[in-house]
Amino acid sequence: MEAIILQILNGLDKGSAYALIALGLTLIFGTLGVVNFAHGALFMIGAFCAVTFSRILTLSHTVVDETQTDFLGNPLKVDVPYLHDLFGQATGDAIIDWAVPLSILFTVPVMMFVGYAMERGLIKHFYNRPHADQILVTFGLAIVLQEVIKYFYGANPIPTPAPQAFAGSLDFGAMLGFDPNLIIYPYWRIIYFIFSAIIIGAVFAFLQYTTFGMVVRAGMADRETVGLLGINIDKRFTIMFGLAAAVAGLAGVMYTPINSPNYHMGMDFLVLSFVVVVVGGMGSLPGAVLAGFLLGILESFASMREVLEILPGLNQIIIYLVAIIILLTRPRGLMGRKGVMED
Amino acid sequence: MSKSNFTRRGLLKTSAVAGAGLALPTIFTAQSAHAFTNEPTGGTVTLGFNVPQTGPYADEGADELRAYQLAVEHLNGGGDGGMLNTFSSKALDGTGILGKKVEYVTGDTQTKSDAARASAKSMIEKDGAIMITGGSSSGVAVAVQALCQEAGVIFMAGLTHSNDTTGKDKKANGFRHFFNSYMSGAALAPVLANAYGNDRKAYHLTADYNWGYTTEEAVRASTEAMGWETVAAVKTPLTQTDFSSYIAPVLQSGADTLVLNHYGGNMVNSLTNAVQFGLRDKQVNGKDFQIVVPLYSRLMAKGAGANVKGIFGSTNWHWSLQDEGSKAFVKSFGTKYGFPPSQAAHTTYVQTLLYADAVQRAGSFAPCAVAEALEDYEFDGLGNGKTLYRGADHQCFKDVLVVKGKENPTSEFDLLEIVEVTPVEQVTYAPDHPQMGGPEATLGACNNGA
Repeated sequence: MEAIILQILNGLDKGSAYALIALGLTLIFGTLGVVNFAHGALFMIGAFCAVTFSRILTLSHTVVDETQTDFLGNPLKVDVPYLHDLFGQATGDAIIDWAVPLSILFTVPVMMFVGYAMERGLIKHFYNRPHADQILVTFGLAIVLQEVIKYFYGANPIPTPAPQAFAGSLDFGAMLGFDPNLIIYPYWRIIYFIFSAIIIGAVFAFLQYTTFGMVVRAGMADRETVGLLGINIDKRFTIMFGLAAAVAGLAGVMYTPINSPNYHMGMDFLVLSFVVVVVGGMGSLPGAVLAGFLLGILESFASMREVLEILPGLNQIIIYLVAIIILLTRPRGLMGRKGVMED
Repeated sequence: MSKSNFTRRGLLKTSAVAGAGLALPTIFTAQSAHAFTNEPTGGTVTLGFNVPQTGPYADEGADELRAYQLAVEHLNGGGDGGMLNTFSSKALDGTGILGKKVEYVTGDTQTKSDAARASAKSMIEKDGAIMITGGSSSGVAVAVQALCQEAGVIFMAGLTHSNDTTGKDKKANGFRHFFNSYMSGAALAPVLANAYGNDRKAYHLTADYNWGYTTEEAVRASTEAMGWETVAAVKTPLTQTDFSSYIAPVLQSGADTLVLNHYGGNMVNSLTNAVQFGLRDKQVNGKDFQIVVPLYSRLMAKGAGANVKGIFGSTNWHWSLQDEGSKAFVKSFGTKYGFPPSQAAHTTYVQTLLYADAVQRAGSFAPCAVAEALEDYEFDGLGNGKTLYRGADHQCFKDVLVVKGKENPTSEFDLLEIVEVTPVEQVTYAPDHPQMGGPEATLGACNNGA
């Protein structure tokens, strides 16, 4: 029982990341009809926004400490952040400690701009081209973006810890009456799950309850008719692309304390997220969210030692196995519109 | 009207003489021109540095390349000479190798066996490399070593830690200076028993590939011999990034120690996840929960950040060593590049010097002569104390460092502290040890190629 609860919890945070990325992917597909293979790169750029913001906060000047020596025996050069000079050491360190949550403020405008530039600069030229062309160009773009990041930040993962206040884990088991230490769950992963739920809720509310969202939904259903009504739907779709980029970026920012970001992290998530979109239904927002959590939990269960002893290697194929079954039995996905992927 | 002087007999005679004349130089020179693959004929000799320049180990590869370039500079008489000044052999004098100026070409392994073989092949066939060296992965090392064996060139392995490189997959043309999984286990186990006691229950998470298997086998054997019990060993996919579903069940298993047989990005992520789950703050079986990382690298420790504090592991070399060789290398590398060298940089620098020295002592670039000069060769002054290049398996035997993540680092390079220098006797094994492939594993015959 404990093992099952534990793997459900594990699946929730993994599913949160899949759901957030897949949400953006399916939003772009539903509005612009573009299969965006560069979406994983947006997740990665978001994570590096956190790294960049953290570096901005730790911008330093050098002070020579005569009492210590460096590896060559010279007096040690110590970096002192400017924040220490401005606010004192304690406050400066506290601000640096909260770099990841604070970087959300930095990431949203950056990602909106990146999304806007990507759509206007490249992707709009491929709207009327076959999906194969779109996949090729966006996949190429993803590779270019990750190589640019590697050039500036290197290939090694960069530690970006959560604030000290969220270090450690919550003993869920003890709360539910089990023995201590049987069901533990890190605080930051709880934060990540809650954060994802808020973002997903906000995107749905935006589309459901605002005039802008209503027009976008109308455009998704019948682009031509909305255009005939004199509404510039293309402009709104471009904004939606920026919004999808911001969602992917935020998913990346908050993911950095879970795994140290590296240039390749977008690709690690991209394929899985596409499977999530396909399973959920291309263009279906609730489908993406549902499939994200479902596959996250399934992946966690498939990684259990007891399962692997019976079916070795299941952890590596489970998601693709589900995708195959769904594509064979219900090509439009769990919540996809009738006709999509079925012709 | 012109008259032809050609007769049938005359034509035959002329053809025979001309043919013999043309063939003569080849007949007399064939043996020396093609005595072995890529025999250097001019005033230069080309070495092939095959390192990951792209992909996840690109930073490690960049450090290896820096060390190679430094070694070439020193071999050609440039810089301050580095470890040439402390090396026990005095055969090298800064005039290149056998009087030939050292040049180099580079290849990108991408940490993929096929790409590494392709780049090594290109360096041998197109660039005329006489020796191939490098790599940051055991899979790559084993693949390139086999290629060099077939091609008839010497392979001086870079960072490769799997037992198989000089165990079941050893080759007569391949040599490894870096330590291996067996040595890590043998060095770590007594330190772990001393620090954490003999009554521990260990849970292994193991990267699902060659190096992971040999490391798990070595650490399990050594720790179980000390009295530890292995509760479970779970293989994790190499592509895994989030290890939460593997780490969460650890406490439920009753284990009080987690051994992460992971390297590179896997190690950074699994360690980060384990610390996030608060494993190190827990008490199990009345003991503090502990984590062990059998193979440490400074570049990985940097990626894991503060999570490495207090965690034991092993390493081939560390820049804080105070022997004359290490100090000379750190000074030379640090002055040129502005930061201390990694263990990957150290082993590749040393391998280049050892190859050059062997050629110089053998008086020939012929791979079999070089191999003979390296086999059972004892040396000192290259940073690891007295070292033996054992002839039976082409593995270097030297002291092994047990390290621990530093509690209060003074810089981004000061992440590990040496807790014990394990003497070579403790990490030495028989060449036909079961972990090394047993008696069936042989070096085979040396190949001069051509």
